[in-house]
Amino acid sequence: MKEPDNIIEMKQILEAALLTSPSPLSLDDMLKLFAGRMERTTLRMLLDELKQDWAQENNSRTLELVQVATGYRFQAKPQFSEFILRLSPERQPKYSRAVMETLAIIAYRQPVTRGDIEQIRGVAVNPNVMRQLQERDWIDVVGQREVPGRPSLYATTKHFLDDLNLRSLSELPPFDDFAQSEISLED
Amino acid sequence: MLPQLNLEIKIKGELLNELPQDLYIPPDALEVYLEAFEGPLDLLLYLIRKHNLDILDIPMAQLTAQYMVYVEKMKVIKLELAADYLLMSAMLIEIKSRMLLPKPAEIAEEDDPRAELVRRLMEYEAIKLAAARLDAMPQVGVEIQVAAAYYQHISEIKPPDVSLDELVEAWRNVLKRAKLNSHHKIGKAELSVREHMSQILRRLNTDGMVEFSALFDMADDGLAKLVVNFLAILELAKEGLIRMTQQQAFSPIYLQANVSE
Repeated sequence: MKEPDNIIEMKQILEAALLTSPSPLSLDDMLKLFAGRMERTTLRMLLDELKQDWAQENNSRTLELVQVATGYRFQAKPQFSEFILRLSPERQPKYSRAVMETLAIIAYRQPVTRGDIEQIRGVAVNPNVMRQLQERDWIDVVGQREVPGRPSLYATTKHFLDDLNLRSLSELPPFDDFAQSEISLED
Repeated sequence: MLPQLNLEIKIKGELLNELPQDLYIPPDALEVYLEAFEGPLDLLLYLIRKHNLDILDIPMAQLTAQYMVYVEKMKVIKLELAADYLLMSAMLIEIKSRMLLPKPAEIAEEDDPRAELVRRLMEYEAIKLAAARLDAMPQVGVEIQVAAAYYQHISEIKPPDVSLDELVEAWRNVLKRAKLNSHHKIGKAELSVREHMSQILRRLNTDGMVEFSALFDMADDGLAKLVVNFLAILELAKEGLIRMTQQQAFSPIYLQANVSE
């Protein structure tokens, strides 16, 4: 196939690459497809068009193009997930409250040390909890706080955002949404 | 909204219906409560939200006495389990004692000792809700299925094809070298292409990969034998019994038995 000279061919190349990629493709990845002969703005425009082509309500496409933290990927439209899930009978086990609370603290308060997490939760951090989150590649160590002991600072990864279908941390529900009524202090 | 606690707690066979009404936890139920609550903050939050517990209404003297008994018991069982709860009790007692003391006029501006605890409780409550919300978000592998059409990304290293010309060239080299070493030999030998085919195959099967010229013994084989050998190789290749590879033009040609999958 010769180099693409029209929009339809360019979109087809993008589509084939995105469908066969094992992980999301970044804009830089996709620019390589055109051997440096495409502008970023053009690429963005093509991706928008491609997204719309697949999204149209009246067509029979079963996938949608979405943008997540590390790039673009195709995924099944949500109405199919309950059927697809039947293929894998063993359900992903739920994380414990300790794991989810630790994750929430890291997500909203990052970068944090274990000490910070303990301060907020009021209990010691179980090393198992940190290990589970690190093995999932949802959190990692981004540095050390310059205090005695140089404790590790933890942050969430891009993979975490990818897994939750988010482009950036700012897409998490705002933390203020979780503030509850004041605890009254009557004298 | 706090999650409704639905627990069936059994202690010594008796069903425990009531969740704690204050910070005192019967030692027998400690482990059970620790599983139900994520820590003293969680328990305190529950008591405040559910039972409208006033932080200052807790009978501290009684609580302290109870906890002292506790510590004695826990020395035998699991002290670390109770540690976080003891710390919380200590903090409450400190707050209460500071509240009881009359405030000298000059430090009237002092912060309410309860403020820090309330700030922590509220921060924890928000984190708790954020955690529940994160848990409910659609996740890849559960609610989200990522498309991945099959494509062999890691390209197989394909051995280059050997053209006939290159093979002929290699053969000429063999002949050329054979000439250098040629000397007269008188005798009669029955040469069978098939036999040579078998010999070559056997050699390839034991040695694996063999270089083309290594199959020719220039010094001892007569021209006729070299020809038969070459014919045998061509025949093997034609029948698909061997594979020939060459990295680039004029580089050595290698032969390999074609092992069927």
